[in-house]
Amino acid sequence: MSFLDLKNVTKIYPNGTKAVHETSLSVDEGEFMVFVGPSGCGKSTLLRMVAGLEDITEGDINLDGKLINEVDPSERDVAMVFQNYALYPHMNVYNNLAYGLKNRGIDKETIEQKVNDAAKLLQISDYLQRKPSMLSGGQRQRVAMGRAIVRNPKIFLFDEPLSNLDAKLRIQMRLEIKKLQQKVGVTSIFVTHDQVEAMTLADRLAVINNGIIEQLGTPIEIYDNPKSLFVAGFIGSPQMNFLDGNIKNKTLSAESFEIKDIDSDFEGEVKLGIRPEHLSQSENSLINLKVDLVEQLGSDNLVYGQLKDKKDFCYRCPGNLTIEKGADLSLNIENNKYYIFDKSTGKRVN
Amino acid sequence: MTRFITSSFSHLILLIGILIMVVPVWMIFASSTHTSSMINMNGLQMFLGDSFYENYLRVLLYQGGFFKEITALKMFFNSFIMATGVAILSVVTSLMAAYALVYYRIKYATLLFWIIFITILVPLELRIFPTYSVMAELNLVNSYFGLIVPISASAIATLFFRQFYKTVPDELLESAKLDGANTWRFFVDFLIPLSKTMIVAMLIFMFVFGYNQYLWPLLVTTSEQYWTVVMGLKMMSGSIVHRFAFVMMSMVPPILIIIVLQKYFIKGVFQDK
Ligand SMILES: Nc1ncnc2c1ncn2[C@@H]1O[C@H](COP(=O)(O)OP(=O)(O)O)[C@@H](O)[C@H]1O
Ligand SMILES: [Mg+2]
Repeated sequence: MSFLDLKNVTKIYPNGTKAVHETSLSVDEGEFMVFVGPSGCGKSTLLRMVAGLEDITEGDINLDGKLINEVDPSERDVAMVFQNYALYPHMNVYNNLAYGLKNRGIDKETIEQKVNDAAKLLQISDYLQRKPSMLSGGQRQRVAMGRAIVRNPKIFLFDEPLSNLDAKLRIQMRLEIKKLQQKVGVTSIFVTHDQVEAMTLADRLAVINNGIIEQLGTPIEIYDNPKSLFVAGFIGSPQMNFLDGNIKNKTLSAESFEIKDIDSDFEGEVKLGIRPEHLSQSENSLINLKVDLVEQLGSDNLVYGQLKDKKDFCYRCPGNLTIEKGADLSLNIENNKYYIFDKSTGKRVN
Repeated sequence: MTRFITSSFSHLILLIGILIMVVPVWMIFASSTHTSSMINMNGLQMFLGDSFYENYLRVLLYQGGFFKEITALKMFFNSFIMATGVAILSVVTSLMAAYALVYYRIKYATLLFWIIFITILVPLELRIFPTYSVMAELNLVNSYFGLIVPISASAIATLFFRQFYKTVPDELLESAKLDGANTWRFFVDFLIPLSKTMIVAMLIFMFVFGYNQYLWPLLVTTSEQYWTVVMGLKMMSGSIVHRFAFVMMSMVPPILIIIVLQKYFIKGVFQDK
């Protein structure tokens, strides 16, 4: 059994909303797991069940070899960082960090030492006497982290802790969280709806949709090998291009081109997925793109345009290529990197 | 220029208002420092006389009442006990009632709250006989307990605390739980410090409420030993200057408590989020 083990966990809220469906998941000790998915897909619910803040309707959760379904949150030895930080407004930073330790009956000197160590690690030693209202967003974020770290819990839970920060700070804190987690080595679950955050932080990530884990794996596995239409569309930026198509006798016809000898026995209506970065310009092309707009990011250009049948399409090329608006590009799929999904079920078929 | 005129004008109106309220009180105070024969001959006075100590000391220590058993000093003591008791007891009960209503999974908590709130429509005066008979049966007539308890459940204070608790974000409770706080600790370590200013405001409010009680103490006490200041105002006999002096002194406790704690009072009622 792994460190954290969810078995067929289901959550139905009293008003009948089924937020999580029979979900099973294991997290190893020291692992950084990320739950990613669109808003309302049940990420927070799943996390809060691990914390004990929501009852588990069905299924079992084991933490460190112990069934914790009925264990009170105060006894679970988990720490959580909330989106709005939930710092204690009437306590200074020192007491914010110390409160959880005091409740565990730890003696004063040990508390002082632990708080000072955590404060140093997070570079908040200078603000220990301040109230949360006198801190900036980034500093509050650090205090919230400190409150989790100082207790040295079995598991860290983060519920979209970066979404209240501005873009620059978010990237900086993202890095710091990752470094910190590697340094402290505590098992962590991090919830986010931002796929870039998910990809950069995760050891493994769980892509959740409608209360179901659609796919579980390392970021690269999921990027390279999405198992469903939803995962393919959700992970990757800019989004994967999707074209309607049809397979007959191992030949896929889509738009105005055909791909022969595909690696699938599927027959019928499909969606063909092509990532913008898996395209290149070439003579004997499959795809003709009429350019509407070019976004120059420096290192890359994002070329947006339309195919023959007016379908929107995106192509990512190196930044040193100059592409004019209105140009006609001939594109080919690099190394046969395309994904085929059953149109009715969304399942990958190649 | 026009701004100067309008602002002077509004200040003038405020000043007139203040004068209308303050002058009568000042006249009573000024008159209370004269001898009674002086007042009897010349009417109310605008300026201070020289019998301040004499009049006030006599009033404080004079054995009054029908049976000459009680001094003004004792009345002040009784009033203080009653007002403090009402203030503390009602704040404690409403804090706890509001806590239970907001944080415990009570069925129909909202309905329950409105039932509590409706009691505002049933003031003590309306239920005074049943309340009296309960006190009589419990043998609590002529006791501080009997003076305090029946008026110490405050729907208003419960309302204030409940509304405040409802604005405390859920994450705070959840965070505290994960930090190992149980229900009692959350109440003591979070809700009470967070509502500190409101608690002080309610203490003042209920102190003045308790101090101002007239009908209930009149009914529930037969022994002069339990007379309060407000009852004494009605029962006072004696010369006019002594009565004036007593009136002046009766205003001191509420004013004093408001002056000392007004900072909290204003913050608690108007600024607490
Ligand atoms: N307390 C609740 N009562 C009823 N439904 C809820 C409650 N909390 C969340 N939900 C519903 O459960 C679903 C999942 O919510 P949540 O876990 O918060 O999603 P996420 O964190 O992924 O955005 C949503 O449809 C939401 O409306
Ligand atoms: Mg959420």
